[in-house]
Amino acid sequence: MRSTISERPLLQARGISKAFGVVRVLDEVDFDLRAGEVHSLLGENGAGKSTLLKIFGGVHRADQGEMLYRGEPATVDHPQKARELGIALIHQEPLTFPDLDVAENIFLGHGTTWKSRFIPIKWKDRYREARRLLDELGVRLDPRARVHGLSTADQQMVEMAGALSQNARILLMDEPTASLTPEETRELFRIVQRLREQGTAIVFISHRLEEVFSLSDRITVLRDGKFVATRRKEETSIEEVIRMMVGRPLGKFYEREEAIPGKTLLKVESLGRGRRFSGVSFEVRAGEIVGMAGLVGAGRTDVASAIFGIRPADTGKIEIRGEAVRIDNPAQAIRLKLAYVPEDRQHHGLVLPFSVAGNVTMASLRRLFPRGWLRPPRERELAEDYRTRLSINLRDTSQPVWELSGGNQQKVVLSKWLITEPEILILDEPTRGIDVGAKQEVHHLMGELCRQGKAVLMISSDLPEVLALSDRILVMREGRLTGHFRREEATAENVMAAATGQPLPGEKGTPVSSG
Amino acid sequence: MSEKGTLIEVEASRGRSVAATVLRFRELGIAFFVLLIVAVATLKEPRFIDAANLRNILLYIPLILIVAMGQMMVIVSRNIDLSVGSTLAFSAIVIGYLFVNQPDFPIWLAAVLAVLIGAVLGAVNGALVAWVGIPAIIVTLGTMSVYRGMVFIYSGGRQVSGADLPEDLIDLARTSPVFGIPWILILALIVVILAYLFLRYTETGREIYAIGSNPRAAELRGIPVKLNLFLVFTICGALAGLAGILFASRFGYVNPANTGVNFELIVISAAIIGGANVFGGSGTVLGTVFGCLLIGVIHNALSVLGISGFWQTAIYGLAIILAVALDAVLQRRLGKRKEGADLL
Ligand SMILES: Nc1ncnc2c1ncn2[C@@H]1O[C@H](COP(=O)(O)OP(=O)(O)OP(=O)(O)O)[C@@H](O)[C@H]1O
Ligand SMILES: [Mg+2]
Repeated sequence: MRSTISERPLLQARGISKAFGVVRVLDEVDFDLRAGEVHSLLGENGAGKSTLLKIFGGVHRADQGEMLYRGEPATVDHPQKARELGIALIHQEPLTFPDLDVAENIFLGHGTTWKSRFIPIKWKDRYREARRLLDELGVRLDPRARVHGLSTADQQMVEMAGALSQNARILLMDEPTASLTPEETRELFRIVQRLREQGTAIVFISHRLEEVFSLSDRITVLRDGKFVATRRKEETSIEEVIRMMVGRPLGKFYEREEAIPGKTLLKVESLGRGRRFSGVSFEVRAGEIVGMAGLVGAGRTDVASAIFGIRPADTGKIEIRGEAVRIDNPAQAIRLKLAYVPEDRQHHGLVLPFSVAGNVTMASLRRLFPRGWLRPPRERELAEDYRTRLSINLRDTSQPVWELSGGNQQKVVLSKWLITEPEILILDEPTRGIDVGAKQEVHHLMGELCRQGKAVLMISSDLPEVLALSDRILVMREGRLTGHFRREEATAENVMAAATGQPLPGEKGTPVSSG
Repeated sequence: MSEKGTLIEVEASRGRSVAATVLRFRELGIAFFVLLIVAVATLKEPRFIDAANLRNILLYIPLILIVAMGQMMVIVSRNIDLSVGSTLAFSAIVIGYLFVNQPDFPIWLAAVLAVLIGAVLGAVNGALVAWVGIPAIIVTLGTMSVYRGMVFIYSGGRQVSGADLPEDLIDLARTSPVFGIPWILILALIVVILAYLFLRYTETGREIYAIGSNPRAAELRGIPVKLNLFLVFTICGALAGLAGILFASRFGYVNPANTGVNFELIVISAAIIGGANVFGGSGTVLGTVFGCLLIGVIHNALSVLGISGFWQTAIYGLAIILAVALDAVLQRRLGKRKEGADLL
């Protein structure tokens, strides 16, 4: 495969600098990309990775520096311009049109020319072509389905299909695997490998270093907007890139000590809603982390939103601290000292135009300001406190949240719920898109919460994380619980087997039949 | 992945069929209300289904239809145009005085002129929204007054009466080229068909939906958002301009203080009752046609039954609120409330 990589760079960036207001986000960054390689971009949350890709994709314009395309200076000052050069950018958060169907989301705005505007759209061809691209990706989505309501993973596949439709020679992927299951990730890597063999140059961003090392040819590390180094994969190691990213060696991966669980805080029995899930029973005790594994779409988020009263269950019952309760809306859940960190932070976790301080206090206003008057200094103080506790990388707590990098937004959501002082936390993909250092911090924080006697239900598609942190592991598949493992009996194999429904003879574990 | 794919496919197609049912339900629902109003009105006043009155209805609806098509496009793009009534009036008064001064001016050329006048006024709205970045509701609230003011200034407050308008113009609403369908209905049908083809079969048309559905994504995809918004407002203005000359033809006079007053409310009601979503991204030509039908029948029923004009305005407003409330209930029931709908 190495032979397919050409030595001459396809795209070269020299001394790229970019500032938003007074904040310098990129500082003289060099980067080059060759045809037929996967070049990973590593760095902590807020290091400037997305910003660099957006400059390549024509979304932002660099303040300084130059870009060379096949050795020729090129100005990429508009997404259309990038497209003409064969550059396709898949953004960190899916950018789809919920009201339009899958095929339209694939093609719209791609390859539109002045002339094409006057030619009637041939819908039949369009659907057929969409079908072909989706087949090529191995995704069985209906091209006529409305995008609204599709999972993040599927929306991403729609965007991938869009990039394929343009025959992109340069594919920029900003954390494409963040919301994918291991299986979906393997599928994506298969596609990426194939594109690479066809000579496509790929930039890949991920906070999962194992992924980066399995996929990349070269790795570039950014720290605080500055270029640190570019290395060939063979010439470096996970430890070295972490050191380069963080600026210091990082301690060992968080190891949780054995917990001594207390009394049961949350218990659900034969919970079910419509066709989404049914017969879900489990309990979470004080001081315990229960992991919930499964493929994206297995119904884990549905269970969580039922418990939290977002879309209440229609069968089964919920007990909190031993008492049967009805939870019809999140306000009731919060009063019962529940907290839910949702997976879709942009839509459900944050009010993007609000300040960081405004966001973190949002779920506890009544408790913090019982007299009904907000006191902004107090809000800022709390925000500052959590900013240091979770090392949130931001300029100012009065900054609007949408300006923060993806990982830092996630930390703001976490802070918001920690401030409510909950006893039972439901964390839905809590470390998605969070860098190694921050992930470790979040893991430590979860351990700390358990020591304080809180009960944690963690939904995660990151299997190593589930295995490392959970005292017990629940596995869901197609709306049912298909596995329940104690810490010592869980392995990557038997959890995956329960998640996918493929039996693994000879493996131990106690898959439970749900009733 | 394949397994999950199938699940989603089933899910999606089910979602679609439910949506399709609701869509059919919407148009059926509107048809039901139309019949209900016809029935009630006829019981109270048998004159309602006279050939003469049916003709009245049939001659009023085309005017709503033409402007509602433009308004619907604006709403799909997540905007609103409150200035259509004043635009219509300005076009009508200019054309009216044109005929006062030059009675022999060719009708077709006057129609082209009307469209151009409307397009220019719409373009001003569009430019302010797209490039200056002022919210459409503010821009068009302003131009609604400005354009109305221009009507008064241009006319000196005097109305153009039927005697000043050429027979040929009045004939647009009386004579018919084919099957006894009057000219103005034919023009409206052409507009409807063109709007359908534009929104369904051109890249630009689809982009308007995309912009309304997710403006940020549209921008990042390199869709010419500003140009499209400019275009949408220009089209909306042009259609209001066309409706201006037809207004003169239909009613046989142009009055600076009356013509086109409250017309924005009428067409916005029609579009929203027809399913256009105020949060952008959805709205159909067929739905809007049904919306116009309902509004047209209500309008006529109210005047035949001798209910005062004050009530009429209140009733359109009520109709909008009812339609949107019904939508919200339905959407919530289906669990497909739009993102952002909660934010706004
Ligand atoms: N439009 C903007 N306005 C102001 N500041 C911004 C804007 N976009 C990004 N930033 C800031 O620039 C910095 C770099 O952000 P960027 O999104 O590139 O980080 P990242 O490396 O992709 O992080 P993550 O891994 O969390 O996605 C952050 O501190 C962020 O707050
Ligand atoms: Mg990023």
